[in-house]
Amino acid sequence: MADPYLRLLGAQARSQTTYRTSFAIDLLGNLATLGADLLGVLILFRITPSLGGFSVAEVFVMVGLTALAFALADMTVGNVERMRLYVRTGLFDAVLIRPLRVLPQLVAVDFQLRRVGRTVYAAVVLVVALRFAHVDWTPARVALVAVALVAGAVLFGAVFVATATVAFWWVESGEVANALTYGGRDLTGYPMTIYSGWFRRVFAYGLGFAFIAYYPTLLLLDRPDPLGLPAATGWAIPAVAGVAVLLASALWRFGVRRYRSTGS
Amino acid sequence: MTVIEARGLRKDFTVRIKAGRLRRTRKRVSAVDGVDLVVERGEMLGYIGPNGAGKSTTLKMLTGVLMPSAGTVRVCGFTPVPQRTRLARRIGVVFGQRSQLWWDLPLRESFALLRHIYRVPPDDHAARLRECRSLLDLDGFLNTPVRQLSLGQRMRGELTAALLHGPEVLFLDEPTIGLDVVSKQAVRGFLAAQGQKGDTTLVLTTHDLADIERLARRLVVIDHGRVVHDGTLESLHARYGSRRKVVVDLLDPIAQPDPGLPGVTLAEESADGLRLTYALDGSGVTAGELVARLATTASLRDLAVVEPSIEEVVTRLYASGRPDVRGEG
Repeated sequence: MADPYLRLLGAQARSQTTYRTSFAIDLLGNLATLGADLLGVLILFRITPSLGGFSVAEVFVMVGLTALAFALADMTVGNVERMRLYVRTGLFDAVLIRPLRVLPQLVAVDFQLRRVGRTVYAAVVLVVALRFAHVDWTPARVALVAVALVAGAVLFGAVFVATATVAFWWVESGEVANALTYGGRDLTGYPMTIYSGWFRRVFAYGLGFAFIAYYPTLLLLDRPDPLGLPAATGWAIPAVAGVAVLLASALWRFGVRRYRSTGS
Repeated sequence: MTVIEARGLRKDFTVRIKAGRLRRTRKRVSAVDGVDLVVERGEMLGYIGPNGAGKSTTLKMLTGVLMPSAGTVRVCGFTPVPQRTRLARRIGVVFGQRSQLWWDLPLRESFALLRHIYRVPPDDHAARLRECRSLLDLDGFLNTPVRQLSLGQRMRGELTAALLHGPEVLFLDEPTIGLDVVSKQAVRGFLAAQGQKGDTTLVLTTHDLADIERLARRLVVIDHGRVVHDGTLESLHARYGSRRKVVVDLLDPIAQPDPGLPGVTLAEESADGLRLTYALDGSGVTAGELVARLATTASLRDLAVVEPSIEEVVTRLYASGRPDVRGEG
């Protein structure tokens, strides 16, 4: 079943290696971007010894979890953001005339090899942060890191798909989509305690971003939640991601149906 | 065997029209407005009409890209949109302006990928590819990345790509658009050969009248979303009064250029009276009889019989009233 998609993936990878210089520059560019992000966090800690009640190493665990979950999502389904281009140029028609499912096809056809680089960098950041955070490792905590990463990636992936779907209604939706995806990533890396009021309710709990890095980190560090939720909330991310996937796939199907009834 | 059956096919689009500075009013436009179309296996169908007549929209509904607003469609026994992927294995689609090939990979690799995408048995795939290679002369650029191909080469690649899974119906949306004369000939010759085999049904939209003359045994003319003609090229000529012409060059002008024969009219007379053009509507005398009659009264220097041009008919068809709002495609 997966074979044609894997072939598409391979073809896309081969296509990209035809532009070696551009590929190398991209890898460096990604490294620089991530470096700048980390530097931003460090600069904050020069002003204040703790951020929302958390030390620099603890915040870096959140940053690392977020960065790696996001990079995994970005590497696999991040390219659905190219939907906009497909809808605008009519290339989406060419997707529909192949005997393959639409979403896996888009994901495989636009796979970006360069995003592998980001994933590797993010993994390095997470590993280093976990070493400095003095986690008292148990088998459950090791499992938690894996679960949080996979489920977090699924949640980010659902956000990618949901925001890309907006292109079916509104072709120039790029910036709005980026605000939710990249914006979501940037906000998720910080303790939820630094946000307040309606923003925290909507962003952290409504959209579920608090469950990706913040609550798993609390559980890893054996710290109580200053916001009052039980420790087991650290394990909530698979359920949250599941709901997000259901919502995103419903939206996606609705969008494809709408495209078919309105055309390009 | 019927391969395409469409009844009362309709597609409405909502367009927004500026009405004042910020206000927009919505207006519903029918791009396709009640098309009935039955195509039998092995037919070669030319689907023609002016820009915005609804050709591409019809094709998209037949291939499962767009959902009809009303009406029923069956293609190869499938309902296109709900059974899209199953239908996709049975049809081939070439959109003249949208590539199916992998831009950065050698042409050969696109063909190999398509074998996996359509799950074609290796032997069938190899046999079809061999045939296309020789008929379309692909060998010179099989290892060239698609982005470096000329338009003519790429189109030959697209045709091959659409045929490798042995489709029962081949849909071609303007397959010769933008090609040079030689490439057009190559594409037409190839499609004609495919059509001759009789097991592949060809449906093509085009603005190129030579495509129609060469490839379409049956013509469906659509305008304003409705079928205005469905029949052979000859019946189109008959219906829209296109006439065969006889052009006669004389050594000396004659006193009575109009011979007064049934079915013959004097269409043109040059200023010096030495060139006369007659139009024959086919109901009366033949071209031979006309020439024989003229020869008794005048000394002929030269003569030519001009076949009716489809261009004339189509121009006449397209010239009939256009509405103000019409979506492209």
